[in-house]
Amino acid sequence: MKILIKGGRVIDPASGRDAIGDVLVEGERIAALDAAARDARADQVIDAKGLVVAPGLVDICARLREPGFEYKATLESEMEAAIAGGVTSLACPPDTDPPLDEPGLVDMLRRRAKSLAHARLYPIGALTVKLEGERLTEMAELSESGCLAFTQANVPLDDTQVLWRALQYAGTFGFAVWLRAEDLSLARDGVAHDGEVATRLGLPGIPAMAETIALGRLLELVRATGTRLHVCRVSSAGGVAMIRAAKAEKLPVTCDVGIHHVHLSEMDLGYFDSHCHLVPPLRSPRDRDALRAGLADGTIDVICSDHTPVDEDAKQMPFSESEVGATGLELLLPLTLKWATETKTPLAKALAKVTSDAARVLGVKSGRIETGAPADFAIFDPQAIFRVVPEALRSQGKNTPFMGYELAGRVRYTLVDGRVILGETPKRPA
Amino acid sequence: MHNPQLNAAGELQHLLSIEGLPRAVLTQILDTADSFVGVTEREVKKVPILRGKSVFNLFFEASTRTRTTFEIAAKRLSADVINLNIAASSQTKGESLLDTVANLSAMQADIFIVRHVASGAPYLIARSVKPHEHVVNAGDGRHAHPTQGLLDLYTIRHYKKDFTQLTVAIVGDILHSRVARSLIHGLTTLGTPEVRVIAPQTLLPTGVESLGVRVFHDMKKGLAGADVVVMLRLQNERMRGALLPSAQEFNKYYGLSPDKLALAKPDAIVMHPGPMNRGVEIDSAVADGPHSVILPQVTYGIAVRMAVMSIIAGN
Repeated sequence: MKILIKGGRVIDPASGRDAIGDVLVEGERIAALDAAARDARADQVIDAKGLVVAPGLVDICARLREPGFEYKATLESEMEAAIAGGVTSLACPPDTDPPLDEPGLVDMLRRRAKSLAHARLYPIGALTVKLEGERLTEMAELSESGCLAFTQANVPLDDTQVLWRALQYAGTFGFAVWLRAEDLSLARDGVAHDGEVATRLGLPGIPAMAETIALGRLLELVRATGTRLHVCRVSSAGGVAMIRAAKAEKLPVTCDVGIHHVHLSEMDLGYFDSHCHLVPPLRSPRDRDALRAGLADGTIDVICSDHTPVDEDAKQMPFSESEVGATGLELLLPLTLKWATETKTPLAKALAKVTSDAARVLGVKSGRIETGAPADFAIFDPQAIFRVVPEALRSQGKNTPFMGYELAGRVRYTLVDGRVILGETPKRPA
Repeated sequence: MHNPQLNAAGELQHLLSIEGLPRAVLTQILDTADSFVGVTEREVKKVPILRGKSVFNLFFEASTRTRTTFEIAAKRLSADVINLNIAASSQTKGESLLDTVANLSAMQADIFIVRHVASGAPYLIARSVKPHEHVVNAGDGRHAHPTQGLLDLYTIRHYKKDFTQLTVAIVGDILHSRVARSLIHGLTTLGTPEVRVIAPQTLLPTGVESLGVRVFHDMKKGLAGADVVVMLRLQNERMRGALLPSAQEFNKYYGLSPDKLALAKPDAIVMHPGPMNRGVEIDSAVADGPHSVILPQVTYGIAVRMAVMSIIAGN
């Protein structure tokens, strides 16, 4: 089976290519580009005129809520949301119930995902048993089941001795450890950034130094162990500066930011909008600007959705009692485009944060458009405007601070492994 | 952003916070309270303004004083008052806050007086009630206690007449105080040129200056030249969590004693939202002394709450 994607604006962020052209898909791979693609005899043609042909998005943090929280979302609903959002690969954190701390669970989840034949699913394994921060998981076994990295998700690991051992052990096998930097005792009681807005609203605060103090500890452990560290959801100007310095020092460190933090700040809490109850908290506009600067200069490698579907009842609570998180899989692309437009970031550079760079951090081959690469595509209309309303979202979670916004960027076709999962069936060639 | 307290005509629909209320609305409440002070001093202390209306006292957090003054105020307006001590009922059975409110709404409520431990809870309730129902915040977390703030403003106006010449010092646990936040917003809205907060750093929220106050750590400097001194209640639990070493040390450096009060203006008034910890934040000699207006505050509190309920019910 050969599919010709014809006449689109083909963007390959990894190489910087951004030009009108053609892509030939053969089986599960990209077979040829441009002239070579045009000359081949295709079985089907996708007319991509006026559309951007980008690698399928790689979202390195999306909660699918299985197993354990099926009343919030299911694999079916969230995989469909991913495809609708042009996300063809996603990594899910292990904060499920039970947590992904043993190979059987990881196997089951991957098999479930495979049977749905939607996006590629990469579970991130638990770093400690039950995420309790005491005993190490069988990382090597978990790796054989398909875990590409290990993390505590949002569960704090306070014991520095355990953390040190965990990094040492992961490093033994060359595994990367993904951790959020947050000092437990400084963050424990807080629900919002410790700043002007929390002071005004009387919400218990989480100071920015909860991030920098924890990051100092993590970076010191990286210096000691040499283990690859991916810092999840950096949120503060101080955090960005420390990671910038760590990279200058050539420490093996990467980091990501959640898409909400690229756009929003504490100011968006308004009158206690629980949709802005996120982890880490939305910080000051100055921090948000620093995150954008970090994206621009490459300090921040990846933007992720930090997709967290929450049922409506759990959000219809006083701010501090409401459940944290926002739905994001379907908004990752439009919000990345919005950031690119606002900051005049070239599209190829912007898309790199959700494709090639995300694939690099995750350690997978997707995220690029070149001969031989997996045929995963998000083919979208960057001009198409839609309003964020509950009915517009496939995800079971309708919880987003962007509800009611008008955003540009609609996915017309999503291809995974050379199969058209979203979009009308391509035509036979004339 | 839409101000959830005001209706389309810019009138008071709910009272959730003093912040964001126009000066004219504050003045309207204080002026209306003036007319009710007369009522509370009459032999027959009732007016028929809320006759046939139901006021639900919805207290998710224990309170005696505030609940009682709301009850008295509602009864003097001839409303039917229903007291619900939710802390001990449905919430413990797992019913959600909005379900509780929906159930009470089905019993034909007109005004909900809400106290809740979580900042912002009255906003959630105000978003969910029917258009003819009103919500009055009786204290939410650390956020706001607008009727306390209004009665403080009323008391200050009664004794000092004009806000635009005043120096007001608020002393003590600003960090946890909804009373302080409400009073600060009210004072700045009404044009008070100098609002001071006096506390050790552990009891001040981050960026408190952004509320428009001057910060003092030395109480003697902070009290110098003050027209009004507002003492805040210090809860015993603040000794835990490393906020303070002891009540004794707090009293020595931040308690209001006669000699510290002598640094304020000779005609300064002393206020306290109650209940007081004598010998901790305030000495008895001051609490019962000639500068104290702590008991008149309680009396005015009833008139102010009558004013708030009559205004929102009329809008």
